[in-house]
Amino acid sequence: MADVAVALVYPDLLGTYGDAGNARILVERLRWRGIGAEMVTVRLGQAVPSGCELYVLGGGEDRPQALAAAELRASGALAAAVDRGAAVLAVCAGVQVVGTRFLTADGICDGVGLVDLETEHALPTRAVGELAVDPDPSLGLPRLSGYENHAGATRLGPGLRALGAVASGVGNGGGGHDDGFVQGKALGTYLHGPVLARNPELADLLLGWVVGELPPLGREEVDAEARGLRAERLAALRRRRYHFGT
Amino acid sequence: MPLPARTRLAAQAGRATAALSRRLGRGDGTVIGGRVSLLVDRDALAHLGTGHRVSLVSGTNGKTTTTRLLAAALGTAGPVVVNPQGSNLPPGLVAGLASAPPGAAAALEVDEAWLRVAAEALGPATITLLNLSRDQLDRVAEVRRLAERWRGVAGATAARVVANADDPLVAWAASAAAHVTWVAAGQPWTDDATGCPSCGGAIVFGGDGWRCTGCGFARPDPAFSLEGDALVAADGEPHPIALSLPGRANRANAAMAAATAQSLGVAVDTALAAMAGTTAVDGRYRRAAVGHSAARLLLAKNPAGWLELFDMLEPPPGPVVVVINARIADGRDPSWLWDVPFERLAGRRVAASGERSRDLAVRLHYAGVEHRRIPDPLDAIVALGPGAVDVAANYTALRDLDARLRRRG
Repeated sequence: MADVAVALVYPDLLGTYGDAGNARILVERLRWRGIGAEMVTVRLGQAVPSGCELYVLGGGEDRPQALAAAELRASGALAAAVDRGAAVLAVCAGVQVVGTRFLTADGICDGVGLVDLETEHALPTRAVGELAVDPDPSLGLPRLSGYENHAGATRLGPGLRALGAVASGVGNGGGGHDDGFVQGKALGTYLHGPVLARNPELADLLLGWVVGELPPLGREEVDAEARGLRAERLAALRRRRYHFGT
Repeated sequence: MPLPARTRLAAQAGRATAALSRRLGRGDGTVIGGRVSLLVDRDALAHLGTGHRVSLVSGTNGKTTTTRLLAAALGTAGPVVVNPQGSNLPPGLVAGLASAPPGAAAALEVDEAWLRVAAEALGPATITLLNLSRDQLDRVAEVRRLAERWRGVAGATAARVVANADDPLVAWAASAAAHVTWVAAGQPWTDDATGCPSCGGAIVFGGDGWRCTGCGFARPDPAFSLEGDALVAADGEPHPIALSLPGRANRANAAMAAATAQSLGVAVDTALAAMAGTTAVDGRYRRAAVGHSAARLLLAKNPAGWLELFDMLEPPPGPVVVVINARIADGRDPSWLWDVPFERLAGRRVAASGERSRDLAVRLHYAGVEHRRIPDPLDAIVALGPGAVDVAANYTALRDLDARLRRRG
């Protein structure tokens, strides 16, 4: 097959928390398997291509987030790509941007509307800290670890499936004790870290959606280190609970 | 004007507490001493600042070094005090001022989020604004909100503001001030300033500056420009910069300090010459023997700092130990490691170290950088020897390593 194109969408607007690493990880995990892959970095002012196989959106500050949503709505390329069957990984502000509406310091903004979720209200206090998520069992993933940092409370529309249940932390914060969403080949989460650095199985889930069955990675030391990192962060959570009783 | 009795008592109590803390081996006592002073006299900062000509320095990167370079420059004209150990919150400012002889100048670095408090209490003669970029992702307000707060400070102060014209966030904040000296000191990291701070439009960087494609907000014309190894005045006169500290970032710090010193009556060449004597700053750039290794300590605590740090490393294949912690003072979230182009370390011998060595090791794997993970930095320095080893550490990692090296003597 032709090279798999992974679009990193507006890292200059949606890249505050290292989420560009997710795109990098996806590309490397394809190349290590002998599958051609290229990263297409789309900066503000450049046209968003509609022909990529995977789109990665990250977290950002209020105004850049609003600008990113406005640009994506105007271009229509992301929606067209999803209609064609492209996969999407949306993190934090990325979740809010692909939803219908979100709150910023300047008021309510329209999202791209790919997914039926809204973030019109703020959490009582900003959610900052380690987040652990038990994914929907149908996804076949282990407990996920990451770091959340957001002020918005996201409510999923009826019928929209969450990525998983929150084991520790806040996640969507919309009252459902859940985190993120899964809809077709689009997946969202509040996990930073970046999420795919700590959770290689989630990277391979997305890649499987794009290329089908994956050959072995051939870099067992990478996943051993990544799983070690996840185990370390999840263990740190348990220690904190022990000390502070929360 | 003599200090109020309560302030004198506050300063004495602070000094006594700091001395006790030192005797108990609890560190240098700066912060606790300053806190005690503030407990005794809530307005200690304003009272202690009276009678001193105060210069404030703030920014994400380079605060401590710029403040020391400024102090070296101002020291050519008379006594100067600085914050002890780079403590840049109000207790540290109080401790610095409490140690000042009558009439001494004060060069004080201030945490970005505390600039307003310091400026209102101290009525500074100058405020030097270096740069703003992502740092401590988990706890400090978004970069843009810091820029807004700075703009409020600039709009209210009578001080001369010396500002880095090459950073759009700084330029926007400083342009609210009545008196500004613009310095084109450079800012290689641009990823926090793509959206215009004024209108939200797109900023384009290129050539000699930057410009917003929406509202036309553009880089102000500088009074001084850093060009290679020289600080060039607007009339074209070059002033050579010859520091003992490495790297472009430190020449930029010197440029900002020299422009500030000039506004306080010290000639630029006098100021720059005085800075050559600064060799180490709170452990940074310090050299120490560890086993058969000759370690050199370097600080890099965020992506913008790392961009500058690559330029300071010994040339490849010089070995590098990277030490990463994620304590409160570092920011609990080290995901910024993915914004650093660690690919540039390929071809060197590299060790991933520190309390968050696993985060770093995963990052290095995906960067294609061969490495060993050795959590204890002293072990890592020995393992990469013999010979010169550069150690790039973030804030608490460097502080702790420096303290361990000092204890070893």
